[in-house]
Amino acid sequence: MATRQTQFLARSLLTPAVGLLFIWMIVPLALTLYFSTLHYSLLDPGSEAFIGLENFRYFLTDPAFLASLQNTLVLVGSVLALTILLGIPLALLLDQPVIGRNFVRLMVIAPFFVMPTVSALVWKNLLMHPVSGLFAWLAKLVGLTPVDWFNDVPLFSVILIVAWQWLPFATLILLTALQSLDEEQKEAAEMDGASAVSTFIYITLPHLARPITVVILIETIFLLTVFAEIYVTTGGGPGLSTTNIAFLIYAQALIQFDVGSASAGGLVAVVIANIVAFFLVRIVGRNLEA
Amino acid sequence: MARMATRQRVVISTIGAWLFGFLIFFPILWMVLASFKTELEAFAIPPSFLFFHWTLENYATVQERSDYFHHAMNSIIIAGGSTLIALLIAIPAAWSMAFSPTKRTKDILLWMLSTKMMPPVGVLVPIYLIFKTFGLLDSRIGLVFILCLGNLPIVIWMLFTYFKEIPRDILEAARMDGATIGRELVYVLTPMAIPGLASTLLLNLILAWNEAFWTLNLSTSNAAPLTTFIASYSSPEGLFWAKLSAASTLAIAPILVLGWFSQKQLVRGLTFGAVK
Repeated sequence: MATRQTQFLARSLLTPAVGLLFIWMIVPLALTLYFSTLHYSLLDPGSEAFIGLENFRYFLTDPAFLASLQNTLVLVGSVLALTILLGIPLALLLDQPVIGRNFVRLMVIAPFFVMPTVSALVWKNLLMHPVSGLFAWLAKLVGLTPVDWFNDVPLFSVILIVAWQWLPFATLILLTALQSLDEEQKEAAEMDGASAVSTFIYITLPHLARPITVVILIETIFLLTVFAEIYVTTGGGPGLSTTNIAFLIYAQALIQFDVGSASAGGLVAVVIANIVAFFLVRIVGRNLEA
Repeated sequence: MARMATRQRVVISTIGAWLFGFLIFFPILWMVLASFKTELEAFAIPPSFLFFHWTLENYATVQERSDYFHHAMNSIIIAGGSTLIALLIAIPAAWSMAFSPTKRTKDILLWMLSTKMMPPVGVLVPIYLIFKTFGLLDSRIGLVFILCLGNLPIVIWMLFTYFKEIPRDILEAARMDGATIGRELVYVLTPMAIPGLASTLLLNLILAWNEAFWTLNLSTSNAAPLTTFIASYSSPEGLFWAKLSAASTLAIAPILVLGWFSQKQLVRGLTFGAVK
């Protein structure tokens, strides 16, 4: 069927996209790789010199790196746990016969469409302010001491905000998956006298395994590079307590103007993201066959 | 008996779902309410929920003092421009892969997906220096360019999955009738592809509108879209909650409306077709 002419046409239609993405991927990465081997500071122009792996040694042995790696892992892990552990019951609830379900679904999804700078500032000020925030008022109402969120538990505060943004995503994907679950299978199980709990464990949960994996992988990709929420609330502090890898690299590049070491950090971030990406691409690829 | 149980179940799940939904939505509602309060009321303890002096003055102040429309226009140009250009590049590519697949199509698709996995911070330094060298810092054209490339893989993927669903028999029938590729594209494919195109457009507008890594790092004032503008409230002077809320409400309102229309496509677009 496909003549040589249509093949040629097909290829020429594909070329611009492939070419652009190739340049977009290769040029900055090659430059990052090149800069990472230089002593290169924007504050000290003209002093560029090749220093081999020195930047990597500096970046990886910097105590800030270990702290930020730990913060990154805690942030990603906690947000994943919160969004999935809350997302599953929420999706199950929305899958029930609920009066006004469409409206409830709109309310649940809304946070995902709020730009990160807005969510972070509204939470930090209107809700989490230690004196005038709504949480402080609620705490006093029930006789508790208000928490000074961004001083006492800064990383946890960031985690709460980010989890609020991503809970709708997890819920929506799990709900979509639930709705494709075969009703008959569930009814048959109920008919055979299976309790709601065992129906959930033996039928629903296995069905959710794949969507949960997808949620974990996609959220991880985005959560590894959480930036705006930290930028507008804590600026990485107090101390290093909310600095993640993305923010550390940003600080080295655009606050300290240390191009070499920021580039080395950038490559470290790329390696970490690639480990996750490897698994995601395999799962999506398998889906492409089916 | 059984009927009672069902009715009871509906009541319980309805109450539960509305309660959860309200809790999740509450921060947004609280922000919208604060935008209609005076600064003193927005800051007051105990807070007032509905019975305060409703005012529109914050909306006026935000426009007067900080030229809100300038930033809104930047957001429209940057999000709209990057989405349209990405569509122009992606449509032919997705069309070609969906209708004339080769052995390498799958590899190309997965490779495109993998470019999306690259953390932006990994290439922040070279992009920043390139922008600096070519005078693109704080320029709208630079941001259009970056966001377009950043979202291109998602656009191609979404279009590909939609084009794939167009039945091939119809195309073959058109070809039998002697339709050229050009006619096939205009009269057969386009009408069938419009729903897919529309949802791709919508989702990418949303993603570009809310993008807050490149916009924060590459724009300061002239080209600053709403993300960067709102971020300027992180180091404010005096009472600012009502003004922050008014500016935020305006910034998210259009995208909230678009977003609600595109819920279904959201799942598909963001999971690269892995969950439909």
